[in-house]
This record gives sequence, structure tokens and C-alpha cells, in this order.
Amino acid sequence: MIEISHVDKWYSSAFQVLKDCTTSVAKGEVVVVCGPSGSGKSTLIKCVNALEPFQKGDITVDGTKVNDPKTNLPKLRARVGMVFQHFELFPHLKIIDNLCLAQEKVLGRGHDKSVTKAMMLLDRVGLKEHAQKFPAQLSGGQQQRVAIARALAMDPIAMLFDEPTSALDPEMISEVLDVMVDLAREGMTMMVVTHEMGFARKVANRVIFMDRGEIVEDAPKDDFFGKPRSDRAQKFLSKILSH
Amino acid sequence: MNYNWNWGIFFQPNPMGTGTYLDLLLSGLALTLETAVLAWIIALVTGSIVGVMRTLPSKGAYWFGFAYVEFFRNMPLLVQLFLWFFVLPEILPRAAGLWLKQLPNAPFWTASIGVGLFMSARVAVQLQAGIGSLPRGQKQAATALGLTTVQGYRYVLLPMAFRIILPPLTSEFLNTIKNTAVAITIGLLELTGQARSMQEFSFQVFEAFTAATILYLLVNAVVVTGMRILERYVAIPGYITGK
Amino acid sequence: MLGNFDFDVIRRSLPYLFYEGMTFTLTLTALSALGGLIFGTAIALMRLSGYKTLGRIAGLYVDFMRSLPLVLVIFWFYFLVPYIGQWLTGASRPISVGAFASSLITFIMFEAAYFSEIMRAGIQSISRGQPAAANALGLTYAQTMRYVVLPQAFRNMLPVLLTQTIVLFQDTSLVYVLSIPDFLGAASKVAQRDGRLVEMYLFAAFVYFTISCVASFGVRRLQSRIAIIR
Repeated sequence: MIEISHVDKWYSSAFQVLKDCTTSVAKGEVVVVCGPSGSGKSTLIKCVNALEPFQKGDITVDGTKVNDPKTNLPKLRARVGMVFQHFELFPHLKIIDNLCLAQEKVLGRGHDKSVTKAMMLLDRVGLKEHAQKFPAQLSGGQQQRVAIARALAMDPIAMLFDEPTSALDPEMISEVLDVMVDLAREGMTMMVVTHEMGFARKVANRVIFMDRGEIVEDAPKDDFFGKPRSDRAQKFLSKILSH
Repeated sequence: MNYNWNWGIFFQPNPMGTGTYLDLLLSGLALTLETAVLAWIIALVTGSIVGVMRTLPSKGAYWFGFAYVEFFRNMPLLVQLFLWFFVLPEILPRAAGLWLKQLPNAPFWTASIGVGLFMSARVAVQLQAGIGSLPRGQKQAATALGLTTVQGYRYVLLPMAFRIILPPLTSEFLNTIKNTAVAITIGLLELTGQARSMQEFSFQVFEAFTAATILYLLVNAVVVTGMRILERYVAIPGYITGK
Repeated sequence: MLGNFDFDVIRRSLPYLFYEGMTFTLTLTALSALGGLIFGTAIALMRLSGYKTLGRIAGLYVDFMRSLPLVLVIFWFYFLVPYIGQWLTGASRPISVGAFASSLITFIMFEAAYFSEIMRAGIQSISRGQPAAANALGLTYAQTMRYVVLPQAFRNMLPVLLTQTIVLFQDTSLVYVLSIPDFLGAASKVAQRDGRLVEMYLFAAFVYFTISCVASFGVRRLQSRIAIIR
């Protein structure tokens, strides 16, 4: 589904953020990407739907080459859902309109159909009664659930999560993770940047560990938690699992 | 465009008998600068006093400052100049009014004072904001050291506040220069006024206005450069001012 | 002295002052603000487009306009617009466009420079995640601007835009230099005709002051309301 091969990215000639990154996510697979901050994991996931440009290598999503200038990026992005660290709901639009905007403007869906779809998804994330509110009136956890629903409204073939819980207060993390776990169990193809190792243990097929722009480890979940091969991954795991 | 360009016009004698048309424009430029500098001194002095008053704990001082700023901000500059020029001499006691009317260079003095007071309200607002942006602890620290209110302002608050508002003050100074052009309405033959009279005498509209435009741009460039140097000169190491 | 202050001259000229003068002033203000906002937003988008040349041209335009006194710009357009009209229509002589059209073009072009700076600040104040989220949903650049970025920038900047419009309202009095009967021009005409400068100019000052004061009070209330919502 997602093929990343030999991707290099520089911010300036002196600073390389991604070094020869190669990996893939198969259909129905859940891949968790972790690593210390500044390791390039968020940058990598943003390259998948071309929010960040990269200089070398190729990324294909469902057979479409992301870095081909001829690719219709809006069309591609409409098929890949993304959830951001800071939710990025549109603060000037009601919850329901946040869910309908892209359905109507990008997919060309009728208003009634969009609303029906939106309400169905809001119900699914448990926020149906908040449809007429504005984003700022919701808690962080609720906003992130809305953001997931907004991405799902586009009927995506895959979902990208960029640290979806790291801006949340601790008591709100589980409500978001629950939605994500359900999604994974339904067979959604997911690429998730997160430090939530509990989530990884529960539903991930593979875990990727990144450090300083490189993919250091790319292993099935059980191998990764059982016996990570690299020092850096071991150190990282001991730091975040020690509490 | 069927317009007869004649760039040589600048070197032909002007009908006032004061040299060439270029001399005419340059005398206008000189008057623009004289008026602007005098107006700016008035604006800085009164504006600083009023700006400080707006930050004092005294209710009376605050309300005076508030009324002052509102008075000068809510009337067009042109109307203010008319008030000073046409109305003030009539409503003063007869002797004083007569003295005002017979004042030589009345347009110059009216323009300087009128533009100066108009701009002083803006300076006051900037300074109030500058003082307001300082940490509260600064004023308390000054008081705790035993400085009087006057000393606190003189040695602690104002030196910092003026540095902070230097960039906006630069644009207010540029506005002062531009605003002197309004005095064309009370017969001040500053740069715009001289360009206009050149146009009326010679019918070379666009040459006259082009020359005036270039002169204004030059003045702008000189002022901006000068203020940059001043900013660098007064900058405090390790402290990022303005912007 | 104010002893022989003649209220009657004001009363008699009220219909002329307001039906003719103030209507001109307010129409000019409203249309210039609208045109300036549209044109200014376009300039701001050019500056932020990422195309170097386009951005530089827009930047030069803004710097140029902001370096010149409005009075000079009014003269420029007053004399230039007929020639531009001739050039556009291919007429054989410069075409006269009338006082209102000439002032309107002047103020739209002039204010666009100022409005563009406000809109630019408004667009830049929006976190980069917002356009990223819109792109991730598949919205095109135009759709992202139209539905996500510009509505927020406009809303955040509304108080500043309105304050600038109050400044514009006061600045329209400068069409006086073209002897156009806007509100001040009308007052001035009566003042000269009847020899009642004191009354007419004081009254004009009072009217400008009252309108600007009420308007800026309204803006301040709006500002505090927006501040609470955020």
C-alpha cells in the first residue's frame, strides 16, 4: 500500500533530516514509528502524503508515485487520511462543518449525504451530540476524536497518525487510543508515529525505530519488544518503558 | 499615451524667479523636512508626556491621556489644520487672534504644530504599549530600590520602552513627513505643493509628480537607513528589541 | 469670538451637508474599503505565494505606496487615470472619468497597500498546521485559502481592518484638494459662501469626531468579545 524507498531529505545543504529511509506498509497492516524527538519520524510520515517535499528517493501510495510532478496531489491526499499532533480542526467551522467541508469540496458529495456520513462517524467516536459546537468548546481528547472522524469521512484507503496523543492531557489519551485500536482491528491500513508502546503492543504488526534521520530498526512487533538488535533502540525503550 | 514629455523642464527657470524648476522642488523638499522635524519634536515631547500619563496609577492622569488621544485621533488631520488655521484666531480674544493672523509664516507654524499634535497622540499610544509590554516586575524592582516614580520612569522604564518602540516610531516619523503634505491645503508650499505649482505653471504634470515621488522615496530610504543605524547603536546585547 | 456664533447657517445647510457631502464620503469609504480589502488580499497572497518575482513585485508596490503622501497619490491618479482610460479604451483623447471614480480608484489602490499588510499578518498568524490539515484532506491551494485560511485571517484581523477603515473614513476628507464636495468639501463650500468658517469647520470637526468615536468604541467592544471567544 505504502512503499518508501531510499528517501533523503535535507532542510539545508548542511542539515539532513532523512537518510536513505526504506520501508513499506502493506494493506491492512498497522506500523508504529517511534524514536527520540528530532529523529525525523514526523517528517517521514508527512512525506507520505507530500506535506513535506523530499529531494531523493521515491514514495508510492497505492501505486501512485507521490514525488511525481504529474501526480494530482489533492486527489491522492483525499484518499489518505491524516491526524495531526495538534488536531488542526478548523476553529471557524462547527464540528459538523469540519467533517463536511472536504467531503463536499473535494469529493463533490452532496450536502445531505455528507451530513449523514459525518453524523454516522461522530456517533462512532461518541461525539454525536457535539455536532453543532465549535472546536474550541471541546476538550483536547474530544477534538482529536473529531479529527479522526474528519479523516475517516473521506473514506481513506490508509490513515497516517502524527503523534496523535502527545498534545493531550494524560486522562484523555485512552479515549483517543480506543478509537484507534478499534480502527486497527477493523483492518485499516495505518502508519502511526507515537510513543504509546501499549498501543504498539496491542495492535501493531511492525515497529519502526528511527534515530537521527535513519531507520535503525524495522521489525515485527514481537521481535522489537523481545530483543531489539540496536543499542539505540534498547536505550530508547528503557527510557520510555522505565516508568 | 499622447503626452508631451519634457524632462528638460527641470532646468528651465521657474516663473517665481527663484532659479530653475528643480530649485523650486528642492525648496519644497527643504520646507517639508523643516516642518516634519519641528512637528516630530512636538510629537515626541507631548506624546511622551501623554503616553506616560496613561500608564500612571492616577485615575485623573489616565483619563486626561485617554481624552487627549481620542481628541486628536478621531478627527481628520485636514480638519485639525483648519481648526488651528481658520477657527482658532477667530475664537481667541481679539488681540491674540489678530496677532496670530499677522504672524509671518503662519502656514509653517500651523502645520508644524498641527501635524505635531496629531502625531503626538500616536506616539502616546505607542509609548503606552511599550511601557505596558515591560514585565511588571521592572516597575516593582525600581520602587523596591527606593527610586521615586519619576526616577523609575527616567532610569528604568523609559530607556527600555523607547528601545522597544523604536521600529514603530520610525514609521510614525515617516508618517509625520508624509502628513506635512496635508498642509498644502493651508497654503504651505512644501514638496507636494511645489510639485503642484510646477504642474500649474509648466503643464508638465507627470514630470513634476515623478520628481516629487522620487524625492519622497529618497527621504524614506535615508530615514529608514538612519533609524536602522540608531537601532543598532542603542541595542542592548542579548536583548532582542522590537519586531 | 463665539458671541456671534451662528447656529442657523449649520441648520440651513444640513440637507446639503448630509445628503450630498456625507453620502459621498460614506460611499467612497465603503467602496474603497471593500475594493482595498479584495485587492489587498490578492497582494498579500502574492507576497506569500512563494514565487519570488511575484512576491517581490507585490512587496515593491506596498513599499512604494506606503512611502508617498496620500495627497500626492490623489494628484497622481487624478491626472493619470484619464490617460490610462484613454490607453485602455483606445480613445483619441484622455477620457474624463469624473471626481467620484477618480477618487475611488485612488483610494482602492492606496488602501490596498495598507490592507494587504494587515491580511498578510493575519495569514501569517495562523498556525502552519491549518493549511497542512486542509491539504491532507485533499483541498487544493485555492480551496485551502478560500475555506480555511482566509476566513480565519479575516476574522482574526477584523478589528484591525475596521480600525483601518476608520482611518480611511478620515482620509477621504483629503479629496478636498480636488475641490470635490465630500462632507468636508461641502462644509467648506458653505463656509466660504456665507463667510462662516468658524461655524462650519467646528461643525465638521464635531461630526467627524462623533462618527469616528462611536465607530472606534464599537471596534473596541468587538475586540473584547473576540478576545473572550478565543
